[in-house]
Amino acid sequence: MYATRARQARPEAFAARPSIAERLGLPYMDGTLFVASLALAAFSVFVLSEATRGDVPGDPGYFADRQLVYVALGLIGMYLLARVDYSRFRELRVGIYTFLCVSISLVFVFGFAARGSRRAFDLPFFSFQPSELGKLLLTLALAGFVIDGARRGSDRQRTVRYLCLGFAPAALVFLQPDLGTSLVFGVITLAVMYVSGVRWTHLALIGGVSASLVAIVLALAPAVGVPVLKEYQQERLTSFLDPSGDPSDAGYQQNQAKIAIGSGEFAGRGDRATQTRLDFVPERHTDFIFAVIGERYGFGGAALVLSLYALLIWRALRIMTLSKNSYGTLVAGGIAAMLVFQVFVNVGMNLGIMPITGIPLPLLSYGGSSVLATFLAIGVLQSIHMQARLGQKGTYMN
Amino acid sequence: MYLRSDDRGGTGGSGTALRTAVFGGFALVLFGVLFFRLWTLQIVNGEEYLAEANNNRTREYRVPAPRGAILDRDGEVLVDNRTSLALQVNPRKLAHGERERRAELAQLADLAGMTLRQVRRTMHEELEEAPAAPVTLKSDVGRYLVYYLQENQDRFPGVEVRRVFVRDYPHGTLAAHLFGNVGEVSEEQLKEDRYRDLQPGDIVGKEGVEDSYDEVLRGRPGATVIQVDSMGRPTPGGQLKEVEPEPGENLRLTIDAGLQEAGDAALSEAGLPGGYVAMDVRDGSILAMGSNPTFDPAIFTKPTLTQSQVDDLYRDPVSSPITNRAIAGAYPTGSTFKPITSIAALASGAVTPSEIIEDDGAFTLGGITFENAGGVAHGPIAMERALEVSSDVYYYTLGDRMYPGNALQEWAHRLGIGRETGIDVPGELPGLLPTRAWHEELRREGLALEDRPWSAGDNVNLSVGQGSLQAAPLQMAVAYAAIANGGTVPRPHVGLQVEDAEGRVLREVAPPPARQVRIDPEWRETILAGLHAAAQSGDGTSYEVFGGFPIPVAGKTGTAERPPYGDQSWYVVLAPYPDPEIVVAVTFEEGGFGAHTAAPAALKILSEHFEKEAKPVEGGGAIE
Repeated sequence: MYATRARQARPEAFAARPSIAERLGLPYMDGTLFVASLALAAFSVFVLSEATRGDVPGDPGYFADRQLVYVALGLIGMYLLARVDYSRFRELRVGIYTFLCVSISLVFVFGFAARGSRRAFDLPFFSFQPSELGKLLLTLALAGFVIDGARRGSDRQRTVRYLCLGFAPAALVFLQPDLGTSLVFGVITLAVMYVSGVRWTHLALIGGVSASLVAIVLALAPAVGVPVLKEYQQERLTSFLDPSGDPSDAGYQQNQAKIAIGSGEFAGRGDRATQTRLDFVPERHTDFIFAVIGERYGFGGAALVLSLYALLIWRALRIMTLSKNSYGTLVAGGIAAMLVFQVFVNVGMNLGIMPITGIPLPLLSYGGSSVLATFLAIGVLQSIHMQARLGQKGTYMN
Repeated sequence: MYLRSDDRGGTGGSGTALRTAVFGGFALVLFGVLFFRLWTLQIVNGEEYLAEANNNRTREYRVPAPRGAILDRDGEVLVDNRTSLALQVNPRKLAHGERERRAELAQLADLAGMTLRQVRRTMHEELEEAPAAPVTLKSDVGRYLVYYLQENQDRFPGVEVRRVFVRDYPHGTLAAHLFGNVGEVSEEQLKEDRYRDLQPGDIVGKEGVEDSYDEVLRGRPGATVIQVDSMGRPTPGGQLKEVEPEPGENLRLTIDAGLQEAGDAALSEAGLPGGYVAMDVRDGSILAMGSNPTFDPAIFTKPTLTQSQVDDLYRDPVSSPITNRAIAGAYPTGSTFKPITSIAALASGAVTPSEIIEDDGAFTLGGITFENAGGVAHGPIAMERALEVSSDVYYYTLGDRMYPGNALQEWAHRLGIGRETGIDVPGELPGLLPTRAWHEELRREGLALEDRPWSAGDNVNLSVGQGSLQAAPLQMAVAYAAIANGGTVPRPHVGLQVEDAEGRVLREVAPPPARQVRIDPEWRETILAGLHAAAQSGDGTSYEVFGGFPIPVAGKTGTAERPPYGDQSWYVVLAPYPDPEIVVAVTFEEGGFGAHTAAPAALKILSEHFEKEAKPVEGGGAIE
C-alpha cells in the first residue's frame, strides 16, 4: 500500500553511520509541505516589505522585519514539534484542554482590549493571542478525547460529548468577542468528529441545526428585537450579499478589496497599485493581504498563492491517510480543515463572496500568534508524517 | 494501516478513506470556487475594476473662473471680484457615524461662530439644491480659522477652506438694480440649454446684467485632477492634470458712472420711492438708470442673508428695495402722456398743429365734467400752447375726438406703451395700456372696476395719462426718444461692448431699433416747441425749475392721481432743444406735483450731464 508512495531517499542507502540529515530527521519529513509553507511565509515577508513601506513613519520595514522574526520562530517551533512524537499529545489531552480553556479565559482578565474585544495578552515583544494557538490545542486535545472515548456510550452520547468539548472553548472565544476564531474552533470540532466516523445522520443533523442557527441569529433574532450578534458583526456578515449597497461602511471595505483585486488584472499593478497603497482597502497587512497580492501581482501572484495553499492542503490530506494511527489521522484532519476553512473564508472575503469575519490568512497575514500557530500546526503534520515514515523503516528516533 | 494499541476501533478502515476522499473533494470544490472567482474579477472584469480604482483615487476639483468685470462707458470699474476664503463642508467626507459627525459639526459651528442648528440648516438647504456639491457654510472666514483647521485636519474630515471669488462693488450701492447678483446655478437652470456646460456649484449671474450677460461674464471653470487617498487627502506628487480656468470677459456698459451717481443721489435726496432713466435718444443707450429705495448688492455675496435683511428686501413687493422702479414701476403717467396723445391725434387727423381749441377750464362729456387742474381756463389755444401750459381741456377734446376709434391706443402702443421695451436688463414689466378690447375682456371675466361699457370717458382719461394707464419711466423715455428723433423707437440697452482683459473690443452690443413709426417733422417740431416752452418760457409748467438752466430743454411735468396713494409725480425732459441727444424720465411715488419733486431731480441729472448749473428763477407758470 505504501510502496509506491515512499519515493524518498532510503536512509539505508547511506552508510551505517547516520548522516547529518539523517540525524536531523530531514529525510522523514514531508519536503513538499515544508517548501509550500516556507514559500508562503517568505512571500508574506516580501509582500509586507513592499506594501507597508510607508505605513510606519521612519520605519519602512516595521511589519516585514517583525513578520520575518515570527517566521523564523515559527520555523524553529515547527522543527521542534516535528521531532516530537505527536502521540504524546494524546496522553496530555486533559492538560492541553485545560490549558486551552484557561488561557482563553485569562484573556478576559489580563488581555488588552483592541477595538472593543479582548483577544490577546500584551507581551513585551508582541501581543499573544491564545485563541490562535488554541486552534491547534483544540485539535490535539479533541482528537485525544475522541480516540479515548471511542467505545464509551452510545453513538448519540459520543456525538453530544464531542460537540460539548469542542464548543465550550468556541463559546469562550465568541465571547471575547472573536466571531471568526470561534467559527474556526467549530469547524475543527466538526472536522475531527467527521473524520472519526461520527454517523452521517448525526452530521446531517448538526449541519441542519447550524444552518437554522445562522438563519435565526442573522435574520430572525434581530427581526424580533433580540440581537445575538453585535451590530457591527451582523453588518459585516450580511453586507457581502449586497456590497455596493452602501459604499460608506461595512460593504465599502469589501467593495474596495474587490476593486483592488480586479484592478490587478493579469500582471498586477506593482508599485502603481493605488487601492491598497492609498488606504482604500483597510487592514491591508492582515485580513486583506490577499487584496494586496491581487492588486500588486495580479492573477499570476494570486493564483500562485492559492496553488501553494492547495499544495499545503493536499499534503495535509495525504498525511491523514499516511498516519500510523487514528490519532494522527484525526489531528491531521483537524489541521487540514482549519487550513481549508481559513483560506476559503479569508480569500473569499477578499473576493467578495464570503462575509467579513476577521479570520487571518494562514502564514500570509501579518501577526505573530497566527504565523506561529500555523507553523506549529504544520510541525505537528510533519511529526505525523515522520512517525509514519519511521514506522515503515522499523526504527524510532529519539 | 498498522493496528496499534490506540486503534481501538471505530475510526479506522475504509470509512476513513472514504471520508478523507469526500473531504478532499470538498476542498477541491472550494478552491475551484476561489479560482473561478479570481479569474472573473481579474481577467474577465479586470478592466472595469481598474477604471473604478482609477476613479477612486482621483478627485477633480473645479477651479472657478473669475467672472468678468463690469465697467462703465469710460472704463470705470463698477463690479469686480475679490478673493475670499470660504469654509466648506463636503458631506460625504465628514466623520462616519452619527455621534462623531454631530461632534465634528458642533465643533465646527463653534469655530465658525454659528450654531449647530444653523450649520445643519445650511447644509440641508444647499444639499437639496445640489446634492453632491460641497456646502459653503461661511464665506469671508478669517485667516486664524484657516490655520487652525490646517493644523487640526485630522479632527475635521470633510472640512475645507477654499479660495473663492466674490463680487465686489467699489461704488457701494451705485446702480445696484442694474447688476443683479451671482449665485450657484440651480438644478432647474442646469436643465436649460444656456447652462449646459455647467456643473452644480458653478456660479452664474442671477438677475440684472449678471444674468443677461452671464455667458460673457461667466468664463470657463478650470479643473485640477489630483490623486487622493481614501480620506480624500491629496497624496504627494499626486497632481495629475491641471486645466486653467478661463476668466470671463469684461462687460462695458453704456452707463456713465458720474451721471448714475447724480441720478441715484437725486432720488435718495428726494427720499421718495421712485425711478429714473437717462437715455441717449439716438440709439437707446442707457446713460443712467436707478430706483429708490436701493440696497447694497454686496449683501448677496454672503451665503445667507440675515432675517432682517430678508424682511427688508422681500417682505412687501410694492415697497421692496429690490424692485427696479425704472423698468418695473407701473404708474399712471399724468400729463407726461400728452405728447403721445398729440402724435396720435395728429397722425389720425383728429387735430392739426395750428387748430385752435377753446379751453374754458372744463370739459363736459355725457354729464360728467372734467376740469383743468386748479380749474384754470387757458382760453383759445393750439397744440404748442396746450403743451406749454398743460391744458387738460385741450387733450380731453382730442381724446374725445379719437373715440370710438382706436388711434390713441394704437399710437401709444407703437411708441412703446403697454409693452416691453426689450432692454437687456431682466425684470421689466409691460405696464398697462387700456383699450376697448382689454376693458371688455375684464368685464366678461367680471373683473372690471365698474361694470359699464368702454366709453369716451376712458379715452378722455387716457389722453391725459389717467385712468387705468400704467407705465414705467423707461417706457416714457423710449416714447419721448422716438418723438424726438423723428420716429425711430429705440431698443434701450445698458450693454455697450464685450472686451477682453486688455480692453480689446470683442463684440459691440448695439441692438437695432425696435421699430420705426412715421412722425411728420412738423408734428415733431410743434411738440418739441411746446415742451420747450413748458420748461423754459415764463408760463411753462416747469419754468421755475428749468427757467434758469443754460441748456435749452424740452420737458413735460406730470401729476397723476393714483388712488389710494398720493399723486404720482413725473417729469420727462429732452435736451438739448431743438435737437435732443438725451432724454431723462423721473417719477416719484406720492411725489405730488411733477414740478415739485420729479423735475428738480431731472434737473440735477441734466446739470451733471451738461456740467451746467441752473440759475434760480422767479415765478413760473401754470400748474398742470
